Amino acid sequence: MACLLEAPLRISVLSEVTATSRHYVDRLFDPDPQKVLQGVIDMKNAVIGNNKQKANLIVLGAVPRLLYLLQQGSSSSELRAECAVVLGSLAMGTENNIKSLVDCHIIPALLQGLLCPDLIFIEACLRCLRTVFISPVTPVQLLYTDPTVIPHLMSLLCRSQRTQEYITQIFSHCCKTPEHQTVLFNHGAIQNIAPLLISPSYKVRMQALKCFSVLAYENTQVSMTLVNVLVDEELLSQVFVRMMQRDQPIDMQLTAAKCLTYMCRAGAIRTDDSCIVLKTLPCLVRMCSKERLLEERVEGAETLAYLMEPDVELQRIASVTDHLVAMLADYFKYPSSVSAITDIKRLDHDLKHAHELRQAAFKLYASLGSNDEDIRKKITETENMMDRIVSGLSESSVKVRLAAVRCLHSLSRSVQQLRTSFHDHAVWKPLMKLLQNAPDEVLVMASSTLCNLLLEFSPSKEPILESGVIELLCSLTQSDSPALRVNGIWALMNMAFQADQKVKGEIVRALGTEQLFRLLSDPDSNVLMKTLGLLRNLLSTRPHIDQVMSSHGKQIMQAVTLILEGEHSIEVKEQTLCILANIADGNTAKELIMTNDDILQKIKYYMAHSNVKLQLAATFCISNLIWNEEDGEANAMTGSQERQDKLRELGFVDILHKLTQASDPNLCDRAKTAMQQYLA
Amino acid sequence: VTGTHHPLTLHFKKSGLPKMAELGAGSLLLGDPAFNYQEHELNERLKRLYPAVNEDETPLPRSWSPKDKYSYIGLSQNNLRVHYKGHGKNHKDAASVRATHPIPAACGIYYFEVKIVSKGLDFLSSLLPLSPILGWDKHSYGYHGDDGHSFCSSGTGQPYGPTFTTGDVIGCCVNLINNTCFYTKNGISLGVAFTDLPPNLYPTVGLQTPGEIVDANFGQQPFVFDIEDYMSEWRAKIHGMIARFPIGERLGEWQAVLQNMVSTYLVHHGYCATATAFARATETLIQEDQTSIKNRQRIQKLVLAGRVGEAIEATQHLYPGLLEHNPNLLFMLKCRQFVEMVNGTDSEVRCFSVRSPKSQDSYPGSPSLSPRHGATNPNLHSAGADSPTCSNGVTPPNKNKSHNKYPGISSASSSSSSSPSSVNYSESNSTDSTKSQPHSGTSNQEETSDSEMEIEAEHYTNGVAENPSARIMNGTYKHQEILQAQDISLEDSCASRQLCGGNQAATERMIQFGRELQGLNEQLCREYGKNVTHKKMLQDAFSLLAYSDPWNCPVGQQLDPMQRENICSALNSAILESQNLPKQPPLMLALGQATECVQLMARVRSGSCSFARVDNFLH
Repeated sequence: MACLLEAPLRISVLSEVTATSRHYVDRLFDPDPQKVLQGVIDMKNAVIGNNKQKANLIVLGAVPRLLYLLQQGSSSSELRAECAVVLGSLAMGTENNIKSLVDCHIIPALLQGLLCPDLIFIEACLRCLRTVFISPVTPVQLLYTDPTVIPHLMSLLCRSQRTQEYITQIFSHCCKTPEHQTVLFNHGAIQNIAPLLISPSYKVRMQALKCFSVLAYENTQVSMTLVNVLVDEELLSQVFVRMMQRDQPIDMQLTAAKCLTYMCRAGAIRTDDSCIVLKTLPCLVRMCSKERLLEERVEGAETLAYLMEPDVELQRIASVTDHLVAMLADYFKYPSSVSAITDIKRLDHDLKHAHELRQAAFKLYASLGSNDEDIRKKITETENMMDRIVSGLSESSVKVRLAAVRCLHSLSRSVQQLRTSFHDHAVWKPLMKLLQNAPDEVLVMASSTLCNLLLEFSPSKEPILESGVIELLCSLTQSDSPALRVNGIWALMNMAFQADQKVKGEIVRALGTEQLFRLLSDPDSNVLMKTLGLLRNLLSTRPHIDQVMSSHGKQIMQAVTLILEGEHSIEVKEQTLCILANIADGNTAKELIMTNDDILQKIKYYMAHSNVKLQLAATFCISNLIWNEEDGEANAMTGSQERQDKLRELGFVDILHKLTQASDPNLCDRAKTAMQQYLA
Repeated sequence: VTGTHHPLTLHFKKSGLPKMAELGAGSLLLGDPAFNYQEHELNERLKRLYPAVNEDETPLPRSWSPKDKYSYIGLSQNNLRVHYKGHGKNHKDAASVRATHPIPAACGIYYFEVKIVSKGLDFLSSLLPLSPILGWDKHSYGYHGDDGHSFCSSGTGQPYGPTFTTGDVIGCCVNLINNTCFYTKNGISLGVAFTDLPPNLYPTVGLQTPGEIVDANFGQQPFVFDIEDYMSEWRAKIHGMIARFPIGERLGEWQAVLQNMVSTYLVHHGYCATATAFARATETLIQEDQTSIKNRQRIQKLVLAGRVGEAIEATQHLYPGLLEHNPNLLFMLKCRQFVEMVNGTDSEVRCFSVRSPKSQDSYPGSPSLSPRHGATNPNLHSAGADSPTCSNGVTPPNKNKSHNKYPGISSASSSSSSSPSSVNYSESNSTDSTKSQPHSGTSNQEETSDSEMEIEAEHYTNGVAENPSARIMNGTYKHQEILQAQDISLEDSCASRQLCGGNQAATERMIQFGRELQGLNEQLCREYGKNVTHKKMLQDAFSLLAYSDPWNCPVGQQLDPMQRENICSALNSAILESQNLPKQPPLMLALGQATECVQLMARVRSGSCSFARVDNFLH
């Protein structure tokens, strides 16, 4: 058998390789320092570009020995530098190499080495540290463990162009959290790195620029400081603008645009500043063009989406810049059918970036369409747009699904789109499917979109109702995430708006009174508001009011009392008074208020409240109570008469009389109308 | 005002100019300062944006044309403002006006803007660059304000951009490299509107509504859109294309060609030591022998030093028959000799005078006049030994000494030169310098002369083919310092300039020489017929005598040492030709060819020529 014959041969080749590697390691232990040095130099030459050799040496234990020699005070500076170079070379290999190096505590050893005065040695250490730190397998926290490291690195920035390049590169890769930003900021990162932006070395300029982009990201303190920094008597923002010039390397343009974007989002630059409108935005749009590399297009689109997210004017400008909306349609054409046949490498590349491209395009569409109706129309009219979103909702990549649903959510704010394209493409179907099983962030967006689809004018409302959405929404209200609870209850509220009795009954049954009242004491005021909104929608039209109140009157009155007594915002109290007003509109439900003196006192209190909105809501409630019934029931007249008498006794007439003199015209009208009921 | 005056003579009304107060302040020229300023600004901007455009051949649009417009169109504000004066009832009432000239292809990228001053009642405005053929609508391209559609040659529009209205600034950019066009609105690019555009488009504006007014900006004011940034992208693209031009297999071949170019250039100009060193380093051969190179170099130096008489003698001695066969060249040389006599530099007059106005060699008036030269330095003795530091890295050992003698010279001198593109190098090699004694002896004058030539900034006059008879200039030396032998004393170099050095005998000699020259001219006329160039040359030379101060007279330009360069290279070329060597170095030939090629591209409407200029590559 052939393979049996071959096997021993392979082993012998392997052992031969190991033997030569072994020899390199053995020489590191030679008693003659001169021979050790030569051994390290030979090792350096042997490992360059040879991943196998690197792995072998690591397995054979070269790293601890090299580290020992590097740390040894008796080693010559030349030997120490050569050791650092070899370690740097080993780090250039695979991720496993980096892991082994980190496990050998290479980082503290090299950081210690930086204290040595010898520049060549420092540069070799920094080079190796840079390679280790930019690897995704290295925990960035290792840079911050020793508090003296960052200040020392700052002080090394002036030593040479190489130290500048390596240190700024380390910073930009190790600044991942607001805490990291603060540490670097507090150690003078801005003042130390700003001058490097005009370094003669492109690499240094580029790494310094990258540093600023990670420092400024969502950081107001850094951004506010940056706008006032002068580099060679020029404002930093102008330096960034120069770096965005079209003849600059793309990487530099893109990173400079990121810096300005982050400064703008952090509030340090106005969104109508010409450096944003005429420079940053067009630059980012250019990054989305077909001429750019796929990676650049992804970054460009994401940054642009972030830049204009909160500003409708920027959205409008971007929507007409260089046919951006149409340009983004190209993001969905990867992998292209041509590349599959002609070029395998290209196909691989395309496949790798296809998801990223799609999610970036969805994000940008979402941002573009978040406010302006015309832009939404333009987006939905882009070729196959709705189909793309629909298929995006069921993609395997969570990132794409999330971006697709964000895009859908943005478009769902349009009444017109809800009525037309959303219905035509039955987007509710994949959306419902998405809601069955998805990570929380996707669920938040999807349920939020669902809220809009359940608005009463949406033609999708009916089919969604029939698909058993109520159970799903009720389960969302039990989520730990406040955002999901809000969306769940919000969707139910929308659903209950002007719904028929059957739907309302189903909602109450599915949600359960217990859950409903739990939501009324939810710590999140948004949840509370929407729950009150749901109650109010449930308690509309007289027969519904009476029916709901007859079954849940006691609990509702309790909850209302509790809220009116509690520490709540004006909006919450107003909504609660509106619920009371609805209850007061019922035929039998009225009695629940009339027989509750505590509630009547509260209504009285709010009629004299300093806030007009609350006065208005309370007066509305009283007005409903004293209303002369016109419909059939024989005792109706007497009923209203009794109520009027009771309310007069309680002093409501005096208050109403006073309110007819109120300065607010609405309140004044409402009080007058109520008074007329007494005269009738 | 719808006059028919030429756009170059526009009158700008003060009232029509924004920012006039701040702008006018600086320019205290005759006439309306605002007018001067704006025209100046326009010229400057157009020159900066479109450096490749030759306005003699293809003028740039500067205003709307009062001739090429519908009668419903009114023009004012120096033909920059357009207003509609028709009925505007239907599409037939639409009217347009086009610019004075079509867009030259040599622009590469062309841009203009229009500001909507008033949109009128029912707005329809379009901007269209269109063809020169009458029946304008046929080949027109436009962007309409009322619906944001783009129109191409036909009536049906395509959805293109946003609508525009009063206060908006709409720009139109024509890319003559890829023949596309895009519009801008308030400084934002709206993306490509048209592709495959035909050549010779005019900037145009069309209006259809009473009360509609638009103002054009052809460069009179800064543009809202950053067109220069857009241009920089294309410049970088084209430079990248040139830099990455594939040479494939021919890499080795190219290297040999380049080495040959450098070598022949050095030999041509007589940089003997450098040429030898270069040949040694690159292991190439020099065709011409050393002596011949040095002879030529010596003659050139004599001409450049203004010692034309000696140059003629040397030429006659070394190359017998050469000048006899080139009577035109001889005449030119003699004319120059006369001028140098006036200057007091030619040896025929200098021998009468101990005083030698060496200061002339410092090229007064030369734009690259650097502080080290001439009159300011009375101690300047023999420069040969103290060959100045050179920027090619050869530092003479006697640097300190030379520092005394040449205040202002340092290895950084090239950067302090006024010309940013200057090349500062010297023929010196260290052995020459060390061998040289503090005072240079006659014996080794020729030896040391190698180390004496220092050249700053070479400017090539381009365009060989424009005048087939003209040669490519072999480098116009903005400055060339000729370091002289011991017989030239410079102690009196600051003495005022006088005719023939102020010597009576010399003046007489000069007049006699003038008569001989006149005779030579007559003889040449008899033999070869009348020669207008000669006559003019002679007239100019003699005119110098008509002024009390020839240096400051209308024809005083001739006395400028820079004027020696043409005749010097002509003589050099003639010598080379007589030795069956190329009369111009291949490097200059290639340069001239490239320059001509780029000009040809402009004529055949290849827009990329504007970003492939030869100057961009000569640093």
